[in-house]
Amino acid sequence: MVNVSALSDPQPKLVARAVSVYYGGKQALFDIDLDIMSREVTAFIGPSGCGKSTFLRCFNRMNDLIDDCRSTGSMLLDGSDIAGPDVDVVQLRMRIGMVFQKPNPFPKSVYDNVAYGPRLHGMAPTRGDLDEIVETSLRRAGIWDEVKDRVDQPGTSLSGGQQQRLCIARAIAVRPDVLLMDEPCSALDPIATATIEELIDELKSEYTIIIVTHNMQQAARVSQKTAFLNLGRLIEFDETQKIFTNPSEPSTQDYITGRFG
Amino acid sequence: MSSYAATTISSQAAANRLLLRRKRAERRFQLYGILAISAALGFLVVFLASIVSRGYMGFVQTEVRLTVDFDQELIEAGSYRKMLRTSLSELFPNAGSSRAERRTLARLVSAGTVFVLRETVEADPAIIGTVEDVWVLASDPVDQFYKGRIDAALPEEERPISDASLARIAALEAAGRIDLRFNRSFFTRGDSRNPEEAGILAAIVGSALALLVTVVLSFPVGVMTAVYLEAFAPKNRITRLIEININNLAAVPSIVFGLLGLAVFLNVFGLPRSAPISGGLVLSLMTLPTIIISSRAAIRAVPPSFAEAAIGLGASRVQAIFHHVLPAAAPGTLTGAIIGMARALGETAPLLMMGMVAFVVEVPGGFTDPSTVLPAQVYLWADSPERGFAEKTAAATIVLLGFLLVMNGLAVYLRRKFEKQW
Repeated sequence: MVNVSALSDPQPKLVARAVSVYYGGKQALFDIDLDIMSREVTAFIGPSGCGKSTFLRCFNRMNDLIDDCRSTGSMLLDGSDIAGPDVDVVQLRMRIGMVFQKPNPFPKSVYDNVAYGPRLHGMAPTRGDLDEIVETSLRRAGIWDEVKDRVDQPGTSLSGGQQQRLCIARAIAVRPDVLLMDEPCSALDPIATATIEELIDELKSEYTIIIVTHNMQQAARVSQKTAFLNLGRLIEFDETQKIFTNPSEPSTQDYITGRFG
Repeated sequence: MSSYAATTISSQAAANRLLLRRKRAERRFQLYGILAISAALGFLVVFLASIVSRGYMGFVQTEVRLTVDFDQELIEAGSYRKMLRTSLSELFPNAGSSRAERRTLARLVSAGTVFVLRETVEADPAIIGTVEDVWVLASDPVDQFYKGRIDAALPEEERPISDASLARIAALEAAGRIDLRFNRSFFTRGDSRNPEEAGILAAIVGSALALLVTVVLSFPVGVMTAVYLEAFAPKNRITRLIEININNLAAVPSIVFGLLGLAVFLNVFGLPRSAPISGGLVLSLMTLPTIIISSRAAIRAVPPSFAEAAIGLGASRVQAIFHHVLPAAAPGTLTGAIIGMARALGETAPLLMMGMVAFVVEVPGGFTDPSTVLPAQVYLWADSPERGFAEKTAAATIVLLGFLLVMNGLAVYLRRKFEKQW
């Protein structure tokens, strides 16, 4: 599979160079180098505790919230630094949205859930603008038809799959370039998972998506590139098709065939 | 083969016995539980019954209907005492005119009646020059007799009411001039030396003012402390020390807070003694640990995913907490605050040191006026020898319990109302 977007846009969206992360004295990630291309889905796979979520959270600096967590190395978004101490994390998190493992809508109405980000950043000066942002975001997340009659009801009253799509709508309401998804389907049933996977496929025309997943079939289905991590190191990073059919590393082979992990 | 069957049967029987014993143990345990609850409920019922049976009479008061001539000359001369005496001797013309006889007659009504007459005139000057029927409070012995607390069969010298007065009460009753009426002055007056005139308003207002100071100070400070400790404070030796100390403060005897208040607020800062502001400060110190502990528990119970989601959208930590964590923690925080307030309302010991266990007649008008609080009023009345104060004590206790019940009810209501599912 030839990657067209990579050819037409050789500049990577996100660049990680020599990224290491430490929790206290324990090193969780070792010197990771990785380029993420624009408008592609990149999957991170690997056994539990390999550091894939930690790495994902480096991109929008969520690891800053953990007291004894520190990182070294450089990370760039469109060529500008995102790892330095004087980076404005508010700006950064507007450009790099996140969807979490467990659907976590706020205990507020569907509308307020989606409107929270735009309100926070003053993106909608009038009520009409806000209504438009909310509707567009819900439409893009493919949930508008299901909730348009009950946007005033609490987001927590939706089903699990709907909640996760609401969370995606909430994340794209601040118009990010990149969406980070940390095992977005692990708490969902197969049908809801299929809906989210279809959505990811549609969203990649507008967003650069990085998805952490435990489910190798999912990685194979939705991603163009796959990175395999083990014990805090990047073992292999390549086209998804190559990783799943003809990996270069024996440990990748072992993992995808289910020999460990 | 047969021995195998025998062992199976015997082990089967043993298993059955074991099962039976376990069932019995379970039933026994449940029985203990029910017994414990019944005992607790029984004590509660006994307590409430004794308070209510003694206190309900405190809400009614014996009153006497006098026909008073609001004579202009007497009013201008300020001789309300003479006005009262005239009205009494018109009721009982044969009472005699010696000083002692006149005094016995005047003892039918409360010693404060003279002032009541003056207040009536001041409230409504149009009454001057007319003859009006006025209900005035009966004196404590008359009140107690009329409520059946004094045995008329006792010899005269062993009861606080004379034979002559008993005859007059009978006469008043026959004329329909004596009756038990709702005790308004109990809710509209401050303390008094005369039990029939003593009211609870000064104590209620004092309690309200002190609690207002307490809630205004301790709620924001407590919640903010909890937020800081839960969400911002670095987890190090110093914060752990602070945490341990807060937990220990919650168990410090309240009188110690009173001593601290006396030493710091009164002696160092020179705040007024017996004032709601000083009492409220001490009560806030006492309430703070309760509020901090319950708020921290409430904040910790909010799933961290709310804050994470908000921060992932570009909210700052403070925004995430104020927009999502605190609203979700509100039921627990409010419940803790109200329980803390209820405890502060029932507290006497620390206020003892602040001079708030005091005889206060005037209803306090501000935070620096001398005042007392409800439980202190209960304590003061319980200490008084007059019979009338016994029922006042019980009545004030009922009022105090009523306030506590309302506050706890409010806590339950708020918890139900704001409780959200996630």
